[in-house]
Amino acid sequence: MARKITYQQAINEALDQEMTRDPSVIVMGEDVAGGAGSPGEDDAWGGVLGVTKGLYAKHPGRVMDTPISESGYIGAAVGAACNGLRPVAELMFIDFMGVCFDQIFNQAAKFRYMFGGKAKTPVVIRAMYGAGFRAAAQHSQCLYNMFTHVPGLKVVVPSNPYDAKGLLIQSIRDNDPVIFLEHKALYTMEGDVPAESYIVPFGEAAVVQEGDDVTIVAIGRMVNYAKEAAANLRKKGIQCEIIDPRTTSPLDTDTILESVERTGRLVVVDESSPRCSMASDISGFIAQEAFGALKAPIQMVTAPHVPVPFAASLEDLYIPSPARIEEAVMKVKEYR
Amino acid sequence: MSAIFTVTMPKWGLSMQEGKVNLWLKEVGDKIEPGEEILEVESEKISGAVEAATTGVLRRQVAQADEVLPVGALLGVIADKDVDDALIDDLIARFQAEFVPPSADDADSGPQTQTVKVGNVEVRYLKLGEDVAGKDPLLLIHGFGGDLNNWLFNHAPLSESRAVYALDLPGHGSTTKVTGIDSLDGLAEVVVGFMDAVGLECAHLAGHSMGGGVSLAVAKRAPNKVKSLSLIASAGLGSEINGAYIDGFVSAASRNALKPVLAQLYSNESLVTRSMIDDMLKFKRLEGVDSALATLAGGLFAGGRQSAQLVAAAAGKPTLVIWGENDRVIPSSHATAIPGATVKVMPGQGHMVQLEAAGEVNKLIGEFIG
Repeated sequence: MARKITYQQAINEALDQEMTRDPSVIVMGEDVAGGAGSPGEDDAWGGVLGVTKGLYAKHPGRVMDTPISESGYIGAAVGAACNGLRPVAELMFIDFMGVCFDQIFNQAAKFRYMFGGKAKTPVVIRAMYGAGFRAAAQHSQCLYNMFTHVPGLKVVVPSNPYDAKGLLIQSIRDNDPVIFLEHKALYTMEGDVPAESYIVPFGEAAVVQEGDDVTIVAIGRMVNYAKEAAANLRKKGIQCEIIDPRTTSPLDTDTILESVERTGRLVVVDESSPRCSMASDISGFIAQEAFGALKAPIQMVTAPHVPVPFAASLEDLYIPSPARIEEAVMKVKEYR
Repeated sequence: MSAIFTVTMPKWGLSMQEGKVNLWLKEVGDKIEPGEEILEVESEKISGAVEAATTGVLRRQVAQADEVLPVGALLGVIADKDVDDALIDDLIARFQAEFVPPSADDADSGPQTQTVKVGNVEVRYLKLGEDVAGKDPLLLIHGFGGDLNNWLFNHAPLSESRAVYALDLPGHGSTTKVTGIDSLDGLAEVVVGFMDAVGLECAHLAGHSMGGGVSLAVAKRAPNKVKSLSLIASAGLGSEINGAYIDGFVSAASRNALKPVLAQLYSNESLVTRSMIDDMLKFKRLEGVDSALATLAGGLFAGGRQSAQLVAAAAGKPTLVIWGENDRVIPSSHATAIPGATVKVMPGQGHMVQLEAAGEVNKLIGEFIG
């Protein structure tokens, strides 16, 4: 039947197929060719976790290792995009974005608008995000909400291998800057992925499962936790509808709204810290648009407002768990 | 006669692992005949009826409505009315104690689709059933925008007494997408090549919609390879076709656009589930599918008219024509186009009659090809 590959392989395959299809697609970033621990051979590693492995040999001259200077090479990628290439720049950890905010927020995101549509910036910036890797406070944040906040950027957070491949292909073909975020803990997740090229459009949420009792909107890795929680809740007779927005910008508000108008109950699950998060954004939207449909106060399941702890026991407590999602669903279900 | 028969959760399609019991259509104590619908089950993809394979009385409803159970789980028990209750309870207890739900890995060990190269086209197909001496195999050919899963409820039942093949046509399913084919004859050329490649000297052909037209085109191109024709809501038998359906299907790029289009295929529109729409969108978003479908539609159905008329191709072949009376894609008035054919127009049914009235269609085809 359908072929199963990992999330990581799906990303690799998307890059490979787009590089084959379009000679203007290039890959650049720290260690994307040679990589950590390389004995000096090209293509030894393929990025810090091996996501770009094999691309250097297949596409000579189009996979470039850069110096450890995010502000430099992200700026170069944005410039190259303005001049006809389609660069896919890997920024390793999203936590390092801070040093190139000007290039992203104030340049790439603004060009099309400020030049009256005459400039396009088809750059993709890939980065790992998320906690659970014992990588401490500087390598574990989510931060997709920060990019979602900026008009002119598109933000992609795939939760499974199928979406990762189709969304990355769409990201590369898109003429606007795209922040493409990969959860470290999902790299080994397996799923059905067509060998052929295909796209998943932006702004189209996936309804992961249907249910009439409670709507759960979950982002990235949290979609899988929501599925675990929903499987337990089903045994208690509670049918959850799970919505995976897939892109936080553009956000498919129609699908969320339509679902909440039917269920009357909303739980939003977001691994990032709670203030100015996707959880608060989606909750605010529903409170404004569907107040009359709500049968219970909206519940947000998020991390606490603290840096990601290094201590394993604390990090495990920090990340929203299926058990906490279950509790939140029970709370909205039993609200009187 | 004191045999006790179990009714178990069916497996519809290679990926089905569990199903939900929607409702019982028979009560405990009802007499059951083979082919009668006993209960309705819903998989992730589709809902359908579980049919009895035997004669008897429904003695137990083991599974309750809304229960979700793995493939192979015990749903009910059929036995003669004089079989002792204790024996039935024993059997249920034993079944439940010994039943091991199939794991996700088992899905990989069952029948698998295969691929074969026909010229530049890599054709995916699924063979079920064993080759039986004296029984020509059956080849199932799906319609426009479909794939071999359109035979979900037909493939396994029909393969009980012979080998049955189902394939994905060029531009469809997992077969090569971009081929430039824009005619029934072009599709038929690949089907004939496929039959040669898998060693099918002669087969019964059953085609749905455009696949019926392809079956006719195969009969025209290679009459010796065709034992009989079973044509379901077939193309090629008249000029009318619902152009809005074809154009809508080709152009739909979102769930909301596709849903009303797919609804036209069914008499029971609630069969068009979100999962069905999502799967169809996934297919349509594969590289090359857009242009493959547009090319085919342009060649076959431009302006809401069918370009190929193939009634004459059925001459000399035993032919069965099945149609849903309320077909909204190709009108059921085409059912009588072939002189001398056995014709069955099913009241209340739509275009996907082989899915919606699978039991009856299977029975008709089974009896027809013998």
